[in-house]
Amino acid sequence: MQIDVTINNKQISLTVDFNEFLADSLRKHGFSSVRKGCDTSCCGLCSVWIDGKPTLSCSVLAFRVAGKNITTIEGVETEAEAFAQILAAEGAEQCGFCSPGFIMTVLALKNEIPNPTEEQIIHYLTGNLCRCTGYMGQLRAVKTYLGVNT
Amino acid sequence: MLIINDLVQPDTIEEAYRILIARKTNSVLGGCAFLRMGSRNIGTAIDLAKLGLNTIKEVDDYIQIGAMTTFRDIECSPLLQQFADGVLSKAVSHVIGIQFRNVVTIGASVYSKYGFSDLLTALLVLETDVELFKGGRISLAEFLDKPNERDILMNIWIKKVDCRAAYQSMRMSASDYPVLNVAVAKTGTDWLVTVGARPRKAIIARHISTALSQKNVNSENVDFFANIACEELVFGTNARGTAQYRQAMCKVLIKRAIKEVLLCK
Amino acid sequence: MKIVGKGIAKIDAINIATGKPVYTEDLAFKNALVVKILHSPHAFAKIKSIDTSKAEKLKGVECVLTYKDVPNVRFTLAGQSYPEPSPYDRLILENIVRYVGDEVAIVAAVDEKTAVKAMKLIKVDYELLEPVLDFEQAIGHSSVVHPEADVYCNFDIGMNKDQNIVSSYKLEAGDVEAELSQCDVVVEGTYYTQAQAHAMMETYRAFSYMDHAGRLVLISSTQIPFHVRRKLARSLNMPASKIRVIKPRIGGGFGGKQTVAVEPFVAAVTLKTGKPALLVYDRKETFCSTTSRHAMRLKVRLGADRDGFIRVVDIQGLSDTGAYGEHASTVFSVVGDKTLPLYNKTKAVRFMGDVVYTNKLPAGAFRGYGATQGTFALESTVNQLAGKLNMDPTEIRLKNLIQQGESCLTYKNKVLGSSTLDRCIAKGKELIGWDDKYPRREMGNNKVRAVGMAVTMQGSGIAGIDTASAEVRLNDDGNYTLLVGSTDMGTGSDTILAQMAAEILETELENIIVYAADTDVSPYDPGSYASSTTYVTGMAVVKAAEDLKRQIIEQGARFLETAPVDVEFDGLMLQTSDGSRSMSLEKLAELLVLGMGNKQLVGNATYGSPVSPPPFIAGFAEVEVDKETGKVELIDFVAVVDCGTVINPNLARIQVEGGIVQGIGMALYEEVRYDERGTLQTNSFMQYKIPSRKDVGSIRVAFEESYEPTGPFGAKSVGEVVVNTPPPAIVNAIYQATGVSIESLPATPEKIYMGIRNNNH
Repeated sequence: MQIDVTINNKQISLTVDFNEFLADSLRKHGFSSVRKGCDTSCCGLCSVWIDGKPTLSCSVLAFRVAGKNITTIEGVETEAEAFAQILAAEGAEQCGFCSPGFIMTVLALKNEIPNPTEEQIIHYLTGNLCRCTGYMGQLRAVKTYLGVNT
Repeated sequence: MLIINDLVQPDTIEEAYRILIARKTNSVLGGCAFLRMGSRNIGTAIDLAKLGLNTIKEVDDYIQIGAMTTFRDIECSPLLQQFADGVLSKAVSHVIGIQFRNVVTIGASVYSKYGFSDLLTALLVLETDVELFKGGRISLAEFLDKPNERDILMNIWIKKVDCRAAYQSMRMSASDYPVLNVAVAKTGTDWLVTVGARPRKAIIARHISTALSQKNVNSENVDFFANIACEELVFGTNARGTAQYRQAMCKVLIKRAIKEVLLCK
Repeated sequence: MKIVGKGIAKIDAINIATGKPVYTEDLAFKNALVVKILHSPHAFAKIKSIDTSKAEKLKGVECVLTYKDVPNVRFTLAGQSYPEPSPYDRLILENIVRYVGDEVAIVAAVDEKTAVKAMKLIKVDYELLEPVLDFEQAIGHSSVVHPEADVYCNFDIGMNKDQNIVSSYKLEAGDVEAELSQCDVVVEGTYYTQAQAHAMMETYRAFSYMDHAGRLVLISSTQIPFHVRRKLARSLNMPASKIRVIKPRIGGGFGGKQTVAVEPFVAAVTLKTGKPALLVYDRKETFCSTTSRHAMRLKVRLGADRDGFIRVVDIQGLSDTGAYGEHASTVFSVVGDKTLPLYNKTKAVRFMGDVVYTNKLPAGAFRGYGATQGTFALESTVNQLAGKLNMDPTEIRLKNLIQQGESCLTYKNKVLGSSTLDRCIAKGKELIGWDDKYPRREMGNNKVRAVGMAVTMQGSGIAGIDTASAEVRLNDDGNYTLLVGSTDMGTGSDTILAQMAAEILETELENIIVYAADTDVSPYDPGSYASSTTYVTGMAVVKAAEDLKRQIIEQGARFLETAPVDVEFDGLMLQTSDGSRSMSLEKLAELLVLGMGNKQLVGNATYGSPVSPPPFIAGFAEVEVDKETGKVELIDFVAVVDCGTVINPNLARIQVEGGIVQGIGMALYEEVRYDERGTLQTNSFMQYKIPSRKDVGSIRVAFEESYEPTGPFGAKSVGEVVVNTPPPAIVNAIYQATGVSIESLPATPEKIYMGIRNNNH
């Protein structure tokens, strides 16, 4: 079926199958940042924003985003890079495979909770798994980025 | 692999129901988070997006939660964060992660009667009704007891009463399914205790609830009450724990939940 | 030093973090065939017949391959230097399936939907065989996992396949039994470690196509491009010169991608069809059809005198390699190799035992590579000994540790070149607050906090075997290209190697272009595994850069018309020592590629180390145990590391933190469960719980640098050693808190709860 959707502020018309999930549609349309890491809706790699909310694109049927605003990391390049610089200074991207989904959640956190506590940060980001970094470097980077005192 | 042969987004609940019962393979779509995992073959998928079932409202003496309301909405709703000491918000806030909770819906969770559900245990401790299109409005306890009939869950209704409540769960790791969960609520002098993930679906622990309502509980005699629940309920063994361990945890979690309720005056 | 020792961001950091198309799947052609694998539903069965005709007839199906379509040449998927010590016990596809998840058929179609449909149309008739599921019952089982006659070993690894023994091993010095009888105190314990999953975020995947010259090109998420090329050549019966393997960015490896999981399947499809083909394993396939850590049973006996000197270490092991023998003998030998040298006041030491085949998921290489299992068993027993002697766990270690300049029974003629492990222990004690917290504090509400600790060692590269080459080329504009065959899998090794080259050539990091890894272009490197890249490849890079620098000075002297000894080079300018004549490097580079009689300068070096110097870690855990539930909360983990000179502190720190968390997962959460038919139940992130960020508490890392005389700039390795201390340190802390000894990982709340209950009865 045909759906109209806004992706990264651009109106796009997408042809999607009924059983197609958003992550696959996005990858097919060249958004390589959208990754799949599990089959069970629990790793956070595929996180994009739907109307500004971080959402598992692997678990949302594509037709359901008709009329909605989708944001991938390609759509927030400047902010993403600003944070990525801090992350990189910590060495905390490591393999980088989970980073786009992680960064999208961090940027959503910034929008949603202006001055988060460490506990709020950890709670907000729990759905983003990472096997490389051990999470500490990510936490240092997020705290630096959001100006949270250590 | 998921197969969906046809898709409809009906404008009315009547139409949705008509399509649902037209064929056995037709199915209402919930949050769809678990849809990817199996290899279901759906005839006509019914998306309720146009029915406006995604709000949390106060209607008279009730809180009405539309079936398509997400866990994240429940977690963040100021109303639900306040009501019953935020027991619902707290119960769902442990589930996987934010991006998951932005997908899964209360309707699908309740309708599926998942044994591991955090939500059901907390809902069951409140005065909760489910509103089904065909089956009408019945209590959640009754709904959970009944075999599933093909129907559409439209809303969850929770009676707004002044109640103290607490939710406790035991998990092997933070984002895992619970090994066991417990909710306790006190309305006036009436107590209610529910236990879920036994690993079977949530249930009301009648004997302890009655005992608590009849006798005074305090931090000294709380063990006595908790034991009642452990004896009246049946526990099972699965990958996350043995029946024996679950029974032991039931006592601990109930004790803690009661103490929590006693503390919030 | 200007660049070595600096916490510089990775050269690829921003692009990988922001999702640029740099991984295998991103690079696949849009028209690539989708490859799917039909996996065995049975733990052990013979394929009586297989009918692919219906699947082949389906529109859009390009090919269906079964055992009939692949060469009958046995090989090993283990990525090791040739001749591999792993047995050649595999075919790409075979008419016997040996575990649930084993490969039965390869399907290639124009899209995923068609490929999945086609898989369902394949009819397989199996003759079921009795599987060997319990590794403790494998030896002498009525079923033989590998009955075939043509299993081949490159050398004697003690295989007795009729008994399901892949390998037997014994390392012994002194008379263990005689010395034990002399000891004042003897303690023993039997420990079980689970078949941990690597769970890298990027699952296994490979893409192949035929190039303009009719050669097979593979883009693969692998740690071992050269080994992949060799294995494909053997298993597909074609010359290696016809194969090119390119490693793009990798989304994590942890040793998993040191085993060739998927490459032969896409290669077979491309060879058959001539078309590009892509295979992406999903998470379930990654859990069920690749490899894991070797599950082991380790029985340890320690003998000591009453002053606390450890006189005897005896470890009897049994390792489960699953259905195939990847890394079977080598992982097993490392159990002893990286534990027996730790305490060298010994009079007798022994490590021995067997590795067995079972009908379960094959085991393979995994960060720590046997040292992890051995450390858990040994250190748990040392902690037990400390308890028995009423000694502080840190004291017993300080008393017994091998020190820099000393040797040990198993490496009698080799002297330890560097160690600050004693300082690591002292520093760790201070950071965790050991003296205030040991052993435990009641916190009220049935909570108790306690501390525990463990030490460990690993190696740096494989001594006398793995050999890396590096080339540094001076480009026409005065920049450099560094060519290596090592495989940065997120660790930052490309950056670290560039830092080393930049240091020698006295230039900035941005003047070094790193290209890795591509078997057509890169000099030979076994790949990134065995904690080898910084140490072995690093040394090759240092030597190659020195070689180039010498040539730059030589050529500079030619243009400056003087002798090389008279030329000074500061990275930018070449000048005569009296300062009378000079030229820029840029100019030299330009002249070297202009006109006649010149040559572009390339520095190269090949390096293999005669030793494998151990990095060390002292790990300290503080836990809070809920005595009513058995739930453990990890409050704090402190790791103090001796990895020699730290080349890049930020990247080293992340390596340590990440390894610690992987070790925490092994200690507390990562449970492996099979059903009675041999199906792996823990086959998703919902069932197999790797730590989330709520599960790890605080992790603090400090370095106590030593200087390793054989390493580049004094460096040793850090990649693997980091995973070893959490299991024994956390289990020790749990014991200090509750009196419960966890001997079987992971330490789940239920095990702890039941232990507390049993102790109270």
